Amino acid sequence: MNELVARAGPDEPMRRVRLLPCGDLATLVELPPDAGVLEFRADVAALGLAGVGELVPAARTLLVHHSAARGPVVRAALVTLPLREPDPIATTAPVQVSVHYDGADLSGVADEIGCSVEAVIAQHQDPTYIVAFCGFAPGFAYLLGLPSALHLPRLATPRTLVPAGSVAIAGEYSAVYPRESPGGWRLLGRTAATLWDADLDPPAVLTPGRAVRFVAA
Amino acid sequence: MIEIVAPGPLATIQDRGRPGYAHLGVGLSGAADREALDRANRLVGNDAAAAAIEVTLGGLAIRLPSPTTVALTGAECGGAPGWDVAVTLPAGSRFALDVPRAGLRSYLAVRGGIAVPAVLGSRSTDTLGGLGPPPLRAGDLVPTGSAIAGRVSGEVATAPAHPPALRVVLGPRADWFKRKAVTALTGSVWTVRPESSRAGVRLMGPELKRKVTTELASEPTVPGALQVPMSGMPILLGPDAPVTGGYPVIAVVHSHDLDAAGQLRPGDQVRFHLW
Repeated sequence: MNELVARAGPDEPMRRVRLLPCGDLATLVELPPDAGVLEFRADVAALGLAGVGELVPAARTLLVHHSAARGPVVRAALVTLPLREPDPIATTAPVQVSVHYDGADLSGVADEIGCSVEAVIAQHQDPTYIVAFCGFAPGFAYLLGLPSALHLPRLATPRTLVPAGSVAIAGEYSAVYPRESPGGWRLLGRTAATLWDADLDPPAVLTPGRAVRFVAA
Repeated sequence: MIEIVAPGPLATIQDRGRPGYAHLGVGLSGAADREALDRANRLVGNDAAAAAIEVTLGGLAIRLPSPTTVALTGAECGGAPGWDVAVTLPAGSRFALDVPRAGLRSYLAVRGGIAVPAVLGSRSTDTLGGLGPPPLRAGDLVPTGSAIAGRVSGEVATAPAHPPALRVVLGPRADWFKRKAVTALTGSVWTVRPESSRAGVRLMGPELKRKVTTELASEPTVPGALQVPMSGMPILLGPDAPVTGGYPVIAVVHSHDLDAAGQLRPGDQVRFHLW
């Protein structure tokens, strides 16, 4: 594969980004586990490279859209860019999302991890979350920060209909369903907050890098 | 104004799509055969950003309450007043498109473009993301606008020949598959399944077996990606696919061949070869 290696600095251990082709008009950058995807995205944007389009973050990767002609130049710049650790401190005040904890999976989650419903709610509200990336549907934000005790796989059989505003968890993430959709995440509650409005720009409240706190309604 | 008498299996409004919001989970959407959309707009003298109607497997029937210049391109249907050429039709005209003999999607451009409100900079219907106008229904009155760039063309346009096989760039996750899977991808004939949509073309053929069986962390995808779920049967992602996916992508169709991918229809057979 098209693998390239970058050094963070002469005295630091070698840290690798892998550049993976994604068609002729994009390159997928896979970052090492200790490097921040959003920090890398900000640094790529700051380079202001000609021919670079959208920069789309996900869990461990950044997709860099570019023109076919500029591909080699862009890839050379990506591989030499120093990596940074994720910034632990959010620079903006957290978005407060008030939640009615009455989700269909609340007691099931409590049973599965062997604690009370109250303890599940307390643990879910405890951290300050960070929007890692969006995907699945417009405005669906993957929130990092969920306590490890609540890390559970998705439902074996996804629901055909999850109501808009459902507050849910799956794996290491929490999320709020911005609109009614099918879904396999475990539902802890619901919020009346409007987190998506296609008539606004940006249409999403929960954009990558935003800090989020859940509070009981 | 255009009156929709019948939409056929699926008729949506499409333009060049909704770039710029992928980081918020918003897919590109837009015409599945971009070149055919552009050709239709060019013929009627529209701005390249104008919206048109994307017709799926024909069946669209319309009535024109006032004199209107239209052009039809893409999968050629009987029943049309002309193909790959601009025609000006008098008030009260009607036509109904037959099922095309080959191909899936046809484009109806009207001079001035379709003037529904733009959502996040585009009038495209995102069938999966639920953005833009809903699919057209019988009785809809579709407004036309003033997205005019120049004069109506007098030419008869030539549709480009679509390649017999789609060219692919391997990766980003070809190394998650057994070596034989790559050979199977490029050495087999794939059949388009009926469950295909604007979100993805589902293909049937030999199972593409994985070497790495751990779960893939969600990563960004692009239209044209050949995503391989657990079944081993690839899905060629379309314009309305989600912007991230949790299944490995073995290869991505080259941008030059995406329009041809947009014309794949259930039952069609398709091959891939390396770019």
